Amino acid sequence: MGKIVAVTGNEAVAESLRQVNPDVCAAYPITPATDLMQRFSSFISDGKVDTEMVLVESEHSAMSACIGAAAAGGRVATATSSQGLALMWEMLFIAAGDRLPIIMPVVNRALSAPLNIHGDHSDTMGARDSGWIQLYSETAQEAYDNAIQAFRIGEHPDIRLPVMVCMDGFIVSHSIERVEYLEDSEVKNFVGEYRQVNPLLDIDHPKSYGPLILTDLYHEYKRAQHEVMTKVKNVVLEVASDFEKLSGRKYGLFETYRLEDAEIAIVILSSAAGTTKDVVDRYRDKGIKAGLLKPRMFRPFPYEDVAAALRHLKAIAVLDRADSFGGYGPLFSEICGAVMSMDTKPPMINRIYGLGGRDYMPDQAEKVFDELIGIAETGKVGAIKEYIGLRE
Amino acid sequence: MKEPLWKKLTPGSVILEPGSSAKFKTGSWRSMRPRWIEENCIQCLFCWIYCPDMSVIVEDGKRKGFNYDYCKGCGICALECPGKKGNKAIVMEKEGS
Ligand code: SF4
Ligand code: SF4
Repeated sequence: MGKIVAVTGNEAVAESLRQVNPDVCAAYPITPATDLMQRFSSFISDGKVDTEMVLVESEHSAMSACIGAAAAGGRVATATSSQGLALMWEMLFIAAGDRLPIIMPVVNRALSAPLNIHGDHSDTMGARDSGWIQLYSETAQEAYDNAIQAFRIGEHPDIRLPVMVCMDGFIVSHSIERVEYLEDSEVKNFVGEYRQVNPLLDIDHPKSYGPLILTDLYHEYKRAQHEVMTKVKNVVLEVASDFEKLSGRKYGLFETYRLEDAEIAIVILSSAAGTTKDVVDRYRDKGIKAGLLKPRMFRPFPYEDVAAALRHLKAIAVLDRADSFGGYGPLFSEICGAVMSMDTKPPMINRIYGLGGRDYMPDQAEKVFDELIGIAETGKVGAIKEYIGLRE
Repeated sequence: MKEPLWKKLTPGSVILEPGSSAKFKTGSWRSMRPRWIEENCIQCLFCWIYCPDMSVIVEDGKRKGFNYDYCKGCGICALECPGKKGNKAIVMEKEGS
């Protein structure tokens, strides 16, 4: 049993990286990155990890150096946020296409313009098609637990894919919460030794990464990449089950809250799920059958499992903390994809909330539930997509 | 049923066969062709070092000709060549001229 501490999300995730002790970390540790990497750098300076830290001149270079180190054969981690992730964008696809299991905590923050570094999901939603696995965390505890599990998931011999571990900017990254740490030895045993399958540094078996592949085989390589993603779900569940044995904390593809017998529900990611659960309780006290579904694994998206969990509902609201301008919110699009396979097709609405760190308050969830009650009764949906929490 | 091609690919498009790029002759990309003028050559081997491919042939420590199967005609060798007394030992000429 490890110790119980009061720490920020950033401290908790930096601690998980210290416990894993990766071989290489390349980072650009100033704004827009958070103090996560700064804290991890202190562990290096204090001799608490053996990680080789590569300080680079941009986030693009940070991801490039991570790709090089991962291809060489190292266990590699980095962290970023907001514009930093946006600047990495080109290299994200290369990390995934080369099948390099780089582990990257991302502090979810807004994208410019206008300039804003507060919490929303615009950054990682912009990277959802890059081929990375994405796990979202509600609390500092979940971010810590997800970061440790991410190494086992990404480095699994059948998977070998990079993983983003997402947590909400400021609300989780900079707020102090109660977190249970595992023992160093427990984390070390849990993640185990990492062995790269095709390390460049195995000079007796020379190999090349990143070849030019044009119309002859590119299409086939992408088909193969899609196939790997179909295997991720089982590995995530297997790793979660081992993690539960170690920590007593249970993880799945998503979390449901009072959903089994619910008639109306909100689907929402990360920290805002906490606020919504409170509102679910208030509505339950009033005799209204409200529930919640909080996805944990967003890429690959578990369509069938989500569909099975939502199919009995009379109305669903999907709340997005990111927008696709001229389109629906990214989470809403996925839930539509899940609902498509259902025999029952509950009416759905998409509400955009909390952009650029706008507070998500219980009254916003209440208004959404009130609207859902009306939709459940009449079956009639007004505007499918709307912004909530706008100032008057 | 035949196994589909995409299932037989190496994960991450890693090439496991060393030196396989020798199979791809890239000389046909060339629009300019380097010509070696032996009497101006001081055997400094700058051309061999700077060539981004391996198209400068060196035998027994001496620069010989070019390997036109791979030379892309980039002109780096001609640019770097110091030559003798201001006379370049490599000049670039239009391919086919
Ligand atoms: S032209 Fe370029 S590729 Fe050809 S020999 Fe000179 S340096 Fe090499
Ligand atoms: S760089 Fe010029 S002088 Fe030097 S070896 Fe090559 S051809 Fe000869």
